[in-house]
Amino acid sequence: MPEQLVFAMEVFANGLMSGVLYALVALGFVLIYKASGIFNFAQGVMALFAAMTLVGIQNGQIPFAHLINAIFGTHIHHFGWNVPSFAALILTVGVMILLAWAVQKFVFRHLVGQEPIILFMATIGLAYFLEGFADLMWNSEIKTLTFCLPGELCLPQGMNTAIDEAAFDAWGVGFFIDNLDISAAIVAIVLVVALVAFSQYTKQGRAMRAVADDHQAALSVGISLNFIWVLVWSLAGFVALVAGIMWGAKSGVQFSLSLIALKALPVLMLGGFTSIPGAIVGGLIIGVGEKMFEYCFGIGQCFGGIINLGGATENWFAYVLALVFLVFRPQGLFGEKIIERV
Amino acid sequence: MFYREAGDFKTNYAADNQTFPIKIDRKGYYLVLAFAFLVVPFLINDYWANAILLPFLIYSIAAIGLNILVGYCGQVSLGTGGFMAVGAYACYKFMTGFPEINIFFHVLLSGGVTAFVCVLFGLPSLRIKGFYLAVATLAAQFFLVWLFNRVPWFYNYSASGQINAPERTVFGFPVTGPNTEAWAAYLFCLVFLVLSALIARNLTRGMAGRKWMAIRDMDIAAEIIGVNPLKAKISAFAVSGFFVGISGALFFALYLGAVEVGEVFGITKSFLVLFMIIIGGLGSIFGSFAGAAFLVLLPVVLKVVGVDMLGWPTDIVAHLQLVIVGGLIVVFLILEPHGLAQLWRVTKQKLRLWPFPH
Repeated sequence: MPEQLVFAMEVFANGLMSGVLYALVALGFVLIYKASGIFNFAQGVMALFAAMTLVGIQNGQIPFAHLINAIFGTHIHHFGWNVPSFAALILTVGVMILLAWAVQKFVFRHLVGQEPIILFMATIGLAYFLEGFADLMWNSEIKTLTFCLPGELCLPQGMNTAIDEAAFDAWGVGFFIDNLDISAAIVAIVLVVALVAFSQYTKQGRAMRAVADDHQAALSVGISLNFIWVLVWSLAGFVALVAGIMWGAKSGVQFSLSLIALKALPVLMLGGFTSIPGAIVGGLIIGVGEKMFEYCFGIGQCFGGIINLGGATENWFAYVLALVFLVFRPQGLFGEKIIERV
Repeated sequence: MFYREAGDFKTNYAADNQTFPIKIDRKGYYLVLAFAFLVVPFLINDYWANAILLPFLIYSIAAIGLNILVGYCGQVSLGTGGFMAVGAYACYKFMTGFPEINIFFHVLLSGGVTAFVCVLFGLPSLRIKGFYLAVATLAAQFFLVWLFNRVPWFYNYSASGQINAPERTVFGFPVTGPNTEAWAAYLFCLVFLVLSALIARNLTRGMAGRKWMAIRDMDIAAEIIGVNPLKAKISAFAVSGFFVGISGALFFALYLGAVEVGEVFGITKSFLVLFMIIIGGLGSIFGSFAGAAFLVLLPVVLKVVGVDMLGWPTDIVAHLQLVIVGGLIVVFLILEPHGLAQLWRVTKQKLRLWPFPH
């Protein structure tokens, strides 16, 4: 098999894997959007916040240590213990539920009935707030995230040698694929299956779907909107945590994590805001599309390199694709048709 | 006591339709103008100019531009940073390409170029609405920044990839470059701000503005009563782009002098200007000023209080600033969705009745 083709396949596979990670972030968006009509711009920052909290708890950092030191002139940094990953995970989920409750109680309860665009701007404000808050709480230096379940089952790092060797035996060319990406894909599949099962087969899940369908009707059959919204924000917080762990393990827990949220936006536009399969397909299309575009035209590897844009096209490709796509199909691939009335 | 219209009789149509119908308002406006043009240039020093006044003036122009698009026409844009970059790079190309022409016209022309680019990216707004459009404008933001980074023609093939403003003069006084006096740069920006505000104010209360507002309130209904959505939206993008381009040009040429596009005109710039108009007040020219003043002053005040008085490390203050700005956005959207401008309106209404509110 020609080397060029193997490279292209490698790029394709890596694109698929990063698409899975985009889809993970986009999932959180869809959950909240379906249940409350809020387009949650803060989803990416929630992922950052969750990952920082997880690392902070694992390492036994004292929350707000930096601020406390500045105010009282003390020199505290660590509790001096390390929390096992699994316990830290549980604690972080607790923090995310608390966050969901606070967001619902202090922000969105007061904004019920406002226009969607006002809600969207409120979530931008929330994103800024959370970002500053996370930095104050756990300080802003780049942290490395290692996550191990009980029994030495850690998130793997580095490239998968088995696939590499198999490819080398078959085609004579190595095939690079990151172990972490494979586990991310597996986790994403498990997460989606779990979410679907939750919304199909549990009482709360059904209530959630009812709320997504029609707020008024759901209220009239005795579903507490408030509870459902807190539930949905908690779920989104959990999805954010998973996304945060995956991205954090891949590239370190740092501010650029929250920029992934921006990448998730075109993913949603492609897939449609209201569709979970849409989020996944959109994520894969964007992931593969931007990697292949970068490979072909960004660094000019296809068609004899006639088009060479000089790299870094990944920064804008997703948005331009979404823009072009939306002009032809404003509701996205799987979205519900937008009907407007006067 | 104050703020009465009693005794202030309008005898012709023009007087009845003036921007400030109440006498005390009008006097206040002339007083502020006189103070800004005649007093401030004598008091100004480099610190005040660079830390507060120049950013305030320039951001005000950008906020006016964005407010026309978002506040008046309802088309949310997250591409302001990219469009400011267009203004800056256009200005740079004009300044270096045609050094014999006065910089005043360079700035105007770069506004025109930006208007054109803005219209290009605004064309999809006819099909895409609401936050779909907001995300679509992100395409403009990232694509434009990438373009200015990658195509060497835009930065005249300089080795650093930066653009640097050469020295240019107005009436013999340098307004750009290292020899600029604070007052000259200040006055230059002030002229642009006053002109922009005048034009924007009169556009928004005329036919164009009414059409924009009709589109904002409900585009289908507006279309049915005879507003052409194509013309209304495109004109809003053009006017908005013009002002944003001017502010970008001034930001580069007068305020910073040297620009690295990704740092200066990144996505955070877009959000900053958007926050200005949310806090100041959507759909209000005064709100653009108020919001710009607020968000320019806030970091300065925080720095003075936090770093200089309390002695905290700068990174804590920077994080606190994020928390405060984000919190304020949420608080404003909950308590006063129309921003500082609405607070000012309410105050005025109260003043009119004071001291006998009933």
